[in-house]
Amino acid sequence: MSRIGVVVFPGSNCEYDAASAVTQLGATAEFVWHGQDNVDGFDGIILPGGFAHGDYLRPGALARFSPVMNAVANFANAGGAVLGICNGFQVLTEAGLLPGALQKNRGLTFLCHPTTLIVESTRSVLTLKATKGQALSIPINHFSGSYTCDDKSYEELVANDQIVLRYKENPNGSRDDIAGVSNLAGNVVGLMPHPERAMSLLLGSADGQVLLSSFVSKTLSVR
Amino acid sequence: MKYAIIVDVTLRQGISDPEGATIERALPALGFTGVSDVRAGKSFRLNVEADNEAGALEKATALAQRLLSNPVIEDSRARLSAEG
Repeated sequence: MSRIGVVVFPGSNCEYDAASAVTQLGATAEFVWHGQDNVDGFDGIILPGGFAHGDYLRPGALARFSPVMNAVANFANAGGAVLGICNGFQVLTEAGLLPGALQKNRGLTFLCHPTTLIVESTRSVLTLKATKGQALSIPINHFSGSYTCDDKSYEELVANDQIVLRYKENPNGSRDDIAGVSNLAGNVVGLMPHPERAMSLLLGSADGQVLLSSFVSKTLSVR
Repeated sequence: MKYAIIVDVTLRQGISDPEGATIERALPALGFTGVSDVRAGKSFRLNVEADNEAGALEKATALAQRLLSNPVIEDSRARLSAEG
């Protein structure tokens, strides 16, 4: 069985949703406190949403220096599957594990509503079970979710198939409608929308399942 | 010696600045005309122990690039505080 570590920073608030979602898909989930300096024994790591360290300075700016992040970086560099959701995405960009940055939304509005995402690449650990062009209904819940990067990084993202998900209708001004990106190898993925909140039709959408089951299946294949 | 340093952090040119744009749009309604290129940013004040001014500025510049700013989207500049 796949064992997934869900990192908990002071101010994280989606860790239970993330743990519940991967448990629903057959994995086991354990919380990893941010002060822990290793992630030994885990098959995958999730950085959940929330406001790590209060989002003081910038979202993710202080979280990247939490002791656990060295271990997460080593895990990622060794090919381990790492997923950053919302605030977790911001932490991964601040830590340099993903290119670009997340800026305040266009219009300075906190956004909390369902969005339609288009799967752009099936090369990443989050989308390997999805279909290119597939439309997914996944909610967003953020203030600083406008993805931005310089032209050189953008050209690399396109050339290397690192744009994982795009918004069908851009809610926040992100560059080229980008909702999620991966690293070059595809084992580290960050996205602003919350797939762990789209796990049941009763609650509006079950489209998060194809994404998180991709992630869970990848953590199995690594072992 | 202890030096009072100000670090200014602003968005890099070419990076959209929704805060600055919103402020700029609000100004005419308040009667302030002829104001353009408004950019929002942050300012930090620090006391830095160093042997001399150059050393204090060097330390402040380094910590500004490492922590106070995100060089992907922001520029930072350290300067001596005029007020000490």
